[in-house]
Amino acid sequence: MQAGKKKKKIIPRRVPMACRDPRVRIRDFAEVTLGYTPEEAMAEAERCIQCKEAGCRQGCPVDVDIPAFIGLIRDGRFEEAAAKVQEQNLLPAVCGRVCPQENQCEKFCTMGKKHDPVAIGRLERFVGDFELARDREAPSVAPPTGKRVAVVGSGPGGLTCAADLARRGHAVTIFESLHKPGGVLTYGIPEFRLPKRVVQAEIDVLRRMGVRIECNVVVGRTVTIDELFDEGFEAVYIGTGAGSPLFPNLPGENMPGIKSASGFLTRVNLMHAYEFPEYDTPVLIGRRVVVLGGGNVAMDAARTALRLGAEDVRIVYRRTEAQMPARLEERHHAAEEGVRFQFLSVPVRYEADETGCIRQLECLCCELGEPDASGRRRPETVSGSEFMLDVDTVVIAIGQRPNPLIQATTAGLDTSRKGTIIADPATGATTRRGVFAGGDVVTGAATVILAMGAGRTAARTIDAHLRGETDPWSG
Amino acid sequence: MPGEYAEGGRERLYRILRKEVFSPSVKLLEIEAPRVARKARAGQFVMLRVYERGERIPLTVADCDPERGSVTVVFMEVGKTTRMLGSLEEGAGILDFVGPLGNPTQIENFGRVACVGGGVGVACIYPICRALKQAGNEVVAVVGARTKELLFWEDRLREAADELLITTDDGSYVRKGFVTDVLREVAGREYPPDRVVAVGPLPMMRAVCGVTREFGLKTIVSLNPIMVDGIGMCGACRVTVGGETRFVCVEGPEFDGHQVDFAELAQRLQRYRAQEQEALTRYEAGCGGRC
Repeated sequence: MQAGKKKKKIIPRRVPMACRDPRVRIRDFAEVTLGYTPEEAMAEAERCIQCKEAGCRQGCPVDVDIPAFIGLIRDGRFEEAAAKVQEQNLLPAVCGRVCPQENQCEKFCTMGKKHDPVAIGRLERFVGDFELARDREAPSVAPPTGKRVAVVGSGPGGLTCAADLARRGHAVTIFESLHKPGGVLTYGIPEFRLPKRVVQAEIDVLRRMGVRIECNVVVGRTVTIDELFDEGFEAVYIGTGAGSPLFPNLPGENMPGIKSASGFLTRVNLMHAYEFPEYDTPVLIGRRVVVLGGGNVAMDAARTALRLGAEDVRIVYRRTEAQMPARLEERHHAAEEGVRFQFLSVPVRYEADETGCIRQLECLCCELGEPDASGRRRPETVSGSEFMLDVDTVVIAIGQRPNPLIQATTAGLDTSRKGTIIADPATGATTRRGVFAGGDVVTGAATVILAMGAGRTAARTIDAHLRGETDPWSG
Repeated sequence: MPGEYAEGGRERLYRILRKEVFSPSVKLLEIEAPRVARKARAGQFVMLRVYERGERIPLTVADCDPERGSVTVVFMEVGKTTRMLGSLEEGAGILDFVGPLGNPTQIENFGRVACVGGGVGVACIYPICRALKQAGNEVVAVVGARTKELLFWEDRLREAADELLITTDDGSYVRKGFVTDVLREVAGREYPPDRVVAVGPLPMMRAVCGVTREFGLKTIVSLNPIMVDGIGMCGACRVTVGGETRFVCVEGPEFDGHQVDFAELAQRLQRYRAQEQEALTRYEAGCGGRC
């Protein structure tokens, strides 16, 4: 504290963000949280004490200059605040909505030691939305280098990598396997948490930067990595995510009424099944729904089920509430909306009705034992604790693994036993010359922001590699 | 390039280059899709979406022409999507067309192979017969249809196979009966087939497997479950094969027919019947694709 300067006033509580009434919002798919008004954003920004050694910044996988952009919001300089965020993060309207801030930037906020941490995520969303509303110009790009790069997958990692490469003057084509770009932002995260217009607007910015997006191309089937090099691409970034659903492998798992969360959410989000019959793809949910799993996907599936008309939606999770990987806000919103939580429980068996469809799910109770590889205490089943749940639908959200198509069709691309591609986290380089990878396809299912960080790292190496400055494969 | 994404929509559609009407409900479309045409092999399928509010449906590749950059599909109009598809004329376009998906049919010189096709499965059998014959096999094509007017590609099949045997359920053409009746005779010959490949409606493939099991003939079937994405994401197409769960879209569509749990698959195929009927009824009520 400099002499003579007035000591900054501490505001202990964060400015609340307006939210739609749970009783109303479970009747539609419109967004749940409404974001800050300019006045609220400035008031919240006022709470930031502008630490010199900003811990928040170290908690951010893409190193956004958090104190700087918050300072600009405090002063009402929103355009500059947005520009500041976008130096490091091209998708602020997305990240502000879906990042697990409580485990990242906000976890390290100095204010959070005694009071509420500054609502960094909400402020990021505020500047993101501010930019989207004013039809901003695309960031400027460097003069063309004449180098072509293929990005496989248009999820958050692929989009970030493509944007960074385009800014450096490379000609980028993104190949997307589905009919709409956005990856998990489009097929996975529901409209009520991340409106598709937000995703669309972010992608349109990329197009204005000259990035080409070719949909309906399944790399590994429609075209192989080798053929992309033959087409004249000099580097390839693989950001195909983890879209292949895992199943617990219990007896009776293929009976009607049991579905993967990825299939369920893809039907609803990508195919608009919630608007059937205006859209042609239907979805069946029934009255009683059990969702297996404790991550964001499980929360999304449970809340989607409620909105489709299910009356009793229950999340069955084998650990306790404190160990759930889902974002705090999603857990909170799910509970507010009436989702019930059955902690310390694992499914063991499905039982069919006379038509062969699921009728009951048998579960066992668990208690926490010794810590496992993840550092969390391992749930152990209690014998004799069986109980039955009546269900019409079971949605399985226990995780996803990478799609195997590229790995199976690309020589020299090493993979782990779990099917993830092996890549150097410092460069994104895989074992195959000219091929880079990052995000969930390398780490297994993780977060949007980690995928973006990996896309950025790879873009940096790809750029240096194309300029002949580095060779990740020498020696 | 079709499929290129543009702000607010697509720059280009996948254009229909040629249409053939085999019967009021069975139609052929040759669709411009250069990337798919370069790669498609016998036994693979495509997913397509007709219009913005449409669903994605899988169709097996019946033929492709890499030079023309086209892929041919044959389909029967059974629901709203196939009905809409069948209403399109040459020069019109469809919004999405992706593939080739699934694994190609295993093509080797097995010796003697019987290829059994029922309904529009006849179109899928054609490229398989052609590829097997090229690989040196003696190919017997056994095809069946409900009635004469639903039969097509007799000339092409005659060319692609060494022997063509036809049946119709109602006896309106060649001989009355089912493909299984003919197959039973073929299987009982002095030199029975070394392998059987069957593509068609589920009950037909199931019945074919019943016959070939009696004769101990290895049988490959091409499964047609409900799919959403077709690229391994949804798990809707999972099927039990040899006691294990497999994804038809990525690990199939062809499996050892004697290992497939047909009863489970049949049940899964029924899952959305009421909704499919609702969509079709609304479509037929005259609101087209816009209601």
